[in-house]
Amino acid sequence: MTPLLVSSFTLSTSLGRGLAPTLAGLRAGDSGLRRCTFESVVIDTWAGEVADVDRQTMPDGLADYDCRNNRLALLALEADDFAGRVRQASDRYGARRIGVFLGTSTSGILQTELAYRRRDPQTGALPDDFNYRTTHNGFSLGEFVRRRCALEGPAMVVSTACSSAAKTFAAAARLIACDVIDAALVGGVDSLCLTTLYGFASLELTSRDPCRPYDSARNGLSVAEGAAFALLERTPVSPPAGSLLFLGYGESSDAHHMSSPHPEGLGAQLAMAAALRSAGVSAAEIDYINLHGTATPANDATEGLAVAALFGDQVPCSSTKGATGHTLGAAGGVEALICLLALANGLIPGSPHTGSRDPTIPINYQLTSRQAELRRVLSNSFGFGGSNCSLVFGVAS
Amino acid sequence: MNSSVLTAWIDGVGLLAPGMSDWPTAVSILRGDQSYVTAPSQLPVPSLLPAAERRRASPIVKLVLALGLEACGQSDADPGTLATVFSSSGADGQNCHALCEQLATDDRRISPTRFHNSVHNAAAGYWSIAVKAMTPCQVLSAYDASFGAGLLDALAQLRVDGQPVLLVAYDSQYPEPLFHKRPIPDCGGVAMLLSPIPGPRSLARMTVRLSDQPAARLADDNLEKLRLSIPAMRSLPLMQALAERRVTATVIDYLPPLQLAIDCEPC
Repeated sequence: MTPLLVSSFTLSTSLGRGLAPTLAGLRAGDSGLRRCTFESVVIDTWAGEVADVDRQTMPDGLADYDCRNNRLALLALEADDFAGRVRQASDRYGARRIGVFLGTSTSGILQTELAYRRRDPQTGALPDDFNYRTTHNGFSLGEFVRRRCALEGPAMVVSTACSSAAKTFAAAARLIACDVIDAALVGGVDSLCLTTLYGFASLELTSRDPCRPYDSARNGLSVAEGAAFALLERTPVSPPAGSLLFLGYGESSDAHHMSSPHPEGLGAQLAMAAALRSAGVSAAEIDYINLHGTATPANDATEGLAVAALFGDQVPCSSTKGATGHTLGAAGGVEALICLLALANGLIPGSPHTGSRDPTIPINYQLTSRQAELRRVLSNSFGFGGSNCSLVFGVAS
Repeated sequence: MNSSVLTAWIDGVGLLAPGMSDWPTAVSILRGDQSYVTAPSQLPVPSLLPAAERRRASPIVKLVLALGLEACGQSDADPGTLATVFSSSGADGQNCHALCEQLATDDRRISPTRFHNSVHNAAAGYWSIAVKAMTPCQVLSAYDASFGAGLLDALAQLRVDGQPVLLVAYDSQYPEPLFHKRPIPDCGGVAMLLSPIPGPRSLARMTVRLSDQPAARLADDNLEKLRLSIPAMRSLPLMQALAERRVTATVIDYLPPLQLAIDCEPC
């Protein structure tokens, strides 16, 4: 694909709100995971909850969109003056020429879970104040952000479980390549809810400890929430040195099982190989891989096999889910932006909570954060339903 | 409006909706050869799935498999080789209700199968497993604009990758009490096998661009009601153009006032 400029970006997770605290947390090897005390949930697990989400109040005219997911979206949009940058782009290109492409797995379903506790005892009806369209529905996120930023171009929400936000970069690149739009707001938002916490617990995929990606004693994931936004534009003919670029994407399906990865990581390999082709780079030109690395025994083993098959055992790799937890539908966006922070700051992030590397996985897994010059990096995101997406980013020299 | 035009040849169509069990029935109704009488959607048994899976398959999985296979069956395309775009307002309404109901009780131990079926891309996942497709698979939601969103991404993939794309837009109904908040009356959807080049089986050539014009309405009141009640059925003006097999310029609802103007020329 033709490289796109990532002209502005921001993310908010349990590690911090905005870029500066995120970078500081990654450098220091901090983790935002805490013992899960979310809502009325009783599960012996750790979670990544974003601070101050419920202190956000919806802007005028958008009160109907009030739910945890859109509060988190709002909190993140206002960080790093991202919303201001979008307004400037809108002035430049016109509101019709900027698309909105956002990923989520559960959107505002927490609102429905809570409404089901308040059903009319006689009729079973949901309370009048519950608004399905503006909270629960997947597109609530897309509609909220589009209206908040006063954008009028094409919009869609990608919902492919834990690869959702990564795939928004690909969808946006396509519509820019077709000249339907000039710029795109991409990323994703997913927030804590009962469905995912009890759901992953039902599959026995939640750990009782903070998740330990690629650790030989890893025993499950830590559910988390997060929001990530980026603005993609066409790259100028000679981008200034240091410009951050979206270079390529690869998408594939496992065609194997709804909730277990392909045993040899075949779908993951296809996605990574396609991303390299799309970026026009070889495996040897990748300086760091941000792994999907959920810390479930199956994910890390199969992803590790796939990475080793394509990249061998030299490329530095890590999963940052020990720092942020698994932000599910937002993870592909959160981790894409961690890759951009890594490129911009010459940082290879480590893997908080991982004690001893799994010796059966033959990759160059990084336990602690360190400085390194990075030119090109790859980010992996895989989801239920066998949905895989890999992205390649680089920095202009 | 300053926007480029997206083009595709339509090599196959699938349609399943209340009162229309397949594309040939829909053609007859949309051409006016047969009057439209609404009736509960008839979902075929998914012969592609192994017997155990077949029994457990939810209505939304049956719907998606039926739509995709009908569109692919009109061409020589091997479904396992096709990139796919699935688009739906809310996917599996029954499963979502069952989870919310259980999570509102004191016993929140939800079924793991229900949980993995709750992802928006569950039906897309079953499709890829059933037809052994390791190809790129997009799964979108845009509320009432879901068909338009799916069409745009499918056409963009077609141009960028130069490969055929199968688009499936589908919706299912929620039971009460969610039905009251989102009254989609029944299952329904459409599928289109889109190709970047004309083939021997191509039905029509389609060009799509963004537009400010109002969406076309259907003359028949009951068909118009169907267009507005199931998000995927916002495609009906396009389906009618294909059924009538004549040069047609139509407009479908997307994100009003942003609409999709579609020119259709039969092959």
